[in-house]
Amino acid sequence: MKDQFVVPARLRMTSFVLMGVGLLTFLIGLIAFKGETRFWAGLLQNSSFFLLITLASTFFIAATTLAQGGWQIAFRRVPEAISMAVPILAAILFIVVMILVMGGKEDIYHWVNPEHVAHDKVLNWKKAFLNKGFFTTATIITLALWIFFTMRIRKMSIQEDGWDLSRETGRKILWRNTVVCGGFMVIFTLSVGSTTPWIWLMSIDSHWFSTMYSWYTFASTWVSGLALISLFVVYLKRHGYLTYVTEEHLHDLGKFMFAFSIFWTYLWFSQYMLIWYANMPEETEYFQPRVWGEWRPIFFLNLLINFITPLLFLMKRDTKRNYTAIVFIAVVIIFGHWLDFWQMVYPGTVKHLVFPWYELGLGLGFVGLIIFLTANQLTKAALVPKNHPYLKESIVHHT
Amino acid sequence: MAVKNFVVGLFDDEAVLFPAVKKVRTAGYKLHDVYTPFPVHGLDHAMGLRESSLHTAGFIYGITGTTTALSFMSWVFNADWPLNIGGKPHFPLPAFIPITFELTVLFAAVGMVMTFCWLCQIMPGVKKHIFHPRQTDDKFVMVIELTEKTNAEEVKSFLTAAGAHDINEQKAEAGWWFGRFDKDDEPYLRKIQTANA
Repeated sequence: MKDQFVVPARLRMTSFVLMGVGLLTFLIGLIAFKGETRFWAGLLQNSSFFLLITLASTFFIAATTLAQGGWQIAFRRVPEAISMAVPILAAILFIVVMILVMGGKEDIYHWVNPEHVAHDKVLNWKKAFLNKGFFTTATIITLALWIFFTMRIRKMSIQEDGWDLSRETGRKILWRNTVVCGGFMVIFTLSVGSTTPWIWLMSIDSHWFSTMYSWYTFASTWVSGLALISLFVVYLKRHGYLTYVTEEHLHDLGKFMFAFSIFWTYLWFSQYMLIWYANMPEETEYFQPRVWGEWRPIFFLNLLINFITPLLFLMKRDTKRNYTAIVFIAVVIIFGHWLDFWQMVYPGTVKHLVFPWYELGLGLGFVGLIIFLTANQLTKAALVPKNHPYLKESIVHHT
Repeated sequence: MAVKNFVVGLFDDEAVLFPAVKKVRTAGYKLHDVYTPFPVHGLDHAMGLRESSLHTAGFIYGITGTTTALSFMSWVFNADWPLNIGGKPHFPLPAFIPITFELTVLFAAVGMVMTFCWLCQIMPGVKKHIFHPRQTDDKFVMVIELTEKTNAEEVKSFLTAAGAHDINEQKAEAGWWFGRFDKDDEPYLRKIQTANA
C-alpha cells in the first residue's frame, strides 16, 4: 500500500507551467491596463474566489467532524492539504484589497472616496460599516482566524499519527477535533456566512444591498471546494494512492456536488425573485446590467453551467461512481463558479463585457499555485490518518 | 397465482447469511427471497437482483409535474383569464418557479411512493405468505424454491451445511392475494391453537 505521496515530475511541471502562465498574464496585464480598473478587478475576483474555495476544504473538515461523520476519514488528508493553501492565498488577497482600499481605488470600491460619501445619502447611512477602518480591521481579524484554525486542524491531525491506538486516545482525538472545529464553524459563519462577502465583493456595488449575498457566495465557493477535493481524490486514486477510497466515497462526493449545486440555485433564485417581484430601483440596479445589459449572455450561461449541467449530469447513479465523469463535472463546476464570481465583480467595475483572457490567465496561475502547494503538503504526512477512531467506518463505507 | 414448494432455513447472523446466499447461487438453486429484520447493505448484489428502476420512474414523474405546472399556469394566465398583476408580464417565469418546484416534488414523491408499493407488492389488503413469524423480527430467513429438478433433501442438507437451522419444507402461495390470511396459514392456525389451549 502506497501511503506516502511523492510528487510526480509531471504534476510539478504542470503546476510550474500554470503558475508561469499566471505570472505572465499578470505582467502583461500590468503593462496593458497600466494598473487601471480591469487589472485590479481581475486580481480581486481571482484572489477572493480561490481563497474561498480552498477555505471550503477547512469547512468540509469542520462540518464532517461536527456531524460525527466517518466516511471521509479515508481521504481526510486531501482537504487538509488543500486547506494549507489558505495562508498564502489569504496573503495575496490581503495585499490586493489593502491596495484597493488604502490606495483609494474608487473605480473598484466607490465608497473609499470620502467626497462621494459626503454627498451621497445612501453611502452616508452605510458609513459606519463601509469605511477604511472597519474594512481593514474585519479583513485582518477574519484572515488571521481562518489561518489560525486551518493550521491548528492540520497540526492536530499530523500530531495524532504519532499517538497510540487505545480507546482513550480515540476519545481524545474526537473531543479536541470537535472543539476546534466548533470554534472554526462559529468564525466561518460570522465571516463567510455574513460579513466578509459583503465588504469584499458586495461593496463594489456600494449602493446596493442584499442579505442573501453572503450565503450565495458561500454556496458558490462551497460547491467549487467540493469539486476541488474530488479532483485531488481522483488524481491520487488514479496514481495508486488512497487504497481505502472506493467508488462509494466518490459517490458521496458526487451527491454533495449535486446537492450543493441545487443549493446554490436555490439561493441564487431566492435573491433574484424577491428583487424581481418587488421591482424597487435601489434593488434592481444590480440586475439591470446583468439581465438587460451587456452581461445578459453570461447571466444565462451562469445558470446553464451551474444549475442545469450538474442537475442533469449528476442525477444518475452511474455518473457519480465514474472517475472520468466526476473529473469532467468537477472542472465544469469550478469554471462555472469562477464565471459566477466574474459576473459578480465585473459589471460594477469594468462595466463592459470583455473577453476574459486576462482573468482566465490569472485563474490558471492560481490553479497552478493551489496544485503546487497541495502536492507539497500531501508529501508531508501519511495519506491515511491511521489512528483516527472512525477510520474503520470509512474503510467499510457503503452508500 | 401459483402454489409452489419451498425449503425455508433460518439464520442468526448476517455474517453467516452472506456466504450462504453466494453458495446458493453458485450451486444453482432457485432463491425465492431472503427476509431480514433490517436493510442489509450489499445483500441485493449478493442475491443478484437487478438495480431498481424506481429512480427512473421518479424522474419521469418529476418532469410530468414540471410540465403540468408550467402548462396549466400559462394556460390560466394567458388564454383563460389574463390578469394584470403588479404590471408583470402574462408569463412571469420567476413567479411560476416556486409552484413548478412544488408540483415537481409532489408528483415525484407521490408517484414514487405508489410505484414503490407496487414494486414491493404492499398495499392495504394485500397479503403474502409468511414463511416464518420471526422473519422480520430477529431472524434472517432464506427461502429456496423447489423446481422439478431440485431434490428437497439435498437442499436441506445443503442449508444445514451453510449454517441454517429450523429447516423445513412449505407448500405455499408464491405471489400476493387480496383479502385475509388463508385459514391453513400458519399465523392463523397458531391463533386457533392458543384460543383452544
